[in-house]
Amino acid sequence: MALPQDSAPKFQEYAHPEMIVSTEWVAQHLEDPGLVVAESDEDVLLYETGHVPGAVKLDWHTELNDPVARDYVDGAGFARLMSEKGISRDTTLVLYGDKNNWWAAYALWVCSLFGHPDLRLMDGGRAKWIAEGRPLSTDTPKPAPADYPVVDRDDQRIRAFKDQVLAHLGQPMIDVRSPGEYSGELLHMPDYPQEGALRGGHIPGAKSVPWARAAAEDATFRTRAELEAIYQGEAGLSPDDDVVVYCRIGERSSHTWFVLQHLLGFGHVRNYDGSWTEWGNSVRVPITRGTSP
Amino acid sequence: MTTQPVSGAALNPRLQEIVDDFRGVPDKDRLQLLLEFSQDLPPLPERYAGHRDRMEPVPECQTPLFLAVEVEPDETVRLYFDAPAEAPTTRGFAAILHAGLDGLDADEVLATPPEFSSQLGLADLVSPLRLRGMAAMLSRIKRQVIQQRAAPRAAQ
Repeated sequence: MALPQDSAPKFQEYAHPEMIVSTEWVAQHLEDPGLVVAESDEDVLLYETGHVPGAVKLDWHTELNDPVARDYVDGAGFARLMSEKGISRDTTLVLYGDKNNWWAAYALWVCSLFGHPDLRLMDGGRAKWIAEGRPLSTDTPKPAPADYPVVDRDDQRIRAFKDQVLAHLGQPMIDVRSPGEYSGELLHMPDYPQEGALRGGHIPGAKSVPWARAAAEDATFRTRAELEAIYQGEAGLSPDDDVVVYCRIGERSSHTWFVLQHLLGFGHVRNYDGSWTEWGNSVRVPITRGTSP
Repeated sequence: MTTQPVSGAALNPRLQEIVDDFRGVPDKDRLQLLLEFSQDLPPLPERYAGHRDRMEPVPECQTPLFLAVEVEPDETVRLYFDAPAEAPTTRGFAAILHAGLDGLDADEVLATPPEFSSQLGLADLVSPLRLRGMAAMLSRIKRQVIQQRAAPRAAQ
């Protein structure tokens, strides 16, 4: 049975308030049956230094990715992973993590490919939980394996591939990387290629809105009004647009995907997870350099 | 799986001991060992604390890491690392290099096989992408050793 929504007024402004909960809500519901809290961080060891009591760890790199092909786990792999974490199909799964929930949003996006029914982000993530002086635990839970059905991954609704992005040129697109990555001045030494892209710049027509602009100082999401000013005002998007978002490997853009789809209620937002590490290495795809789209 | 580097160069005894420690524990304990290393990274001396401008950034690490290398007149190499507590993996890598190389002489540091990090058995646990950060730290340390030998640092 799904847990109740967080009724905090800030969340009620969002298009899908059921997708977000506060640290306070998590603290109050930690013991509730039907809830699993999962931490997803950039740093693979951060969870081990202390985490929300009872939370399991979900690592984007070693668990959500296929170990061989550049892709995510398949339906069977996802079912196995969820089962190991004690998550069943009707579990309320609350994700949180470091860096403004960057990786937690990525994990949430991957879980969405499998249509897990009740996914939520903990607003403010790990940083806010710690800043509020809430308890951390180094005990690793050993959940009893849960039954999780094998559900096919749906790559149509919220995921975009390179050919689809080529066909999408001229339509709304958001590049969420840093301004330096967007313009193509890669800020690294020649002998140390960063993240392996052969060409710098951005996909023609993509507007630059660095992902972290959606987060406030305390790592929580900005209010609905503030987000509308950025994405609908400055970037000129409209909720009925067909939007593609991308970054380097699709992690930072998952954060923006979450904002557009769930906080602002856009109907069709796809995350291009191939992102710059695919585009910037592809033969004969168009690239724009400089600060203009 | 071989623990010998491809180049055939041997590890110095301290690094070899670290590699043996990592290889000697089951997978599930290897991350714990890395966490313990991260907790043992020595604090910065006063001349570097709060002075990242005096250190070299290592952007290849997912979380910013700063390092400083000093080659003393007798060619002893001193290493200093600065990484935030929220980056235990990066701190762990830095601590391994510190435990394995700090205080050795320049030739010994330069003889470290570049692929040494792949011998720790961490690739599947940590991901090869994350391990690249450690290889980058090692290349930057070596480059600084070479440069400082060629042109000793101005008297400090």
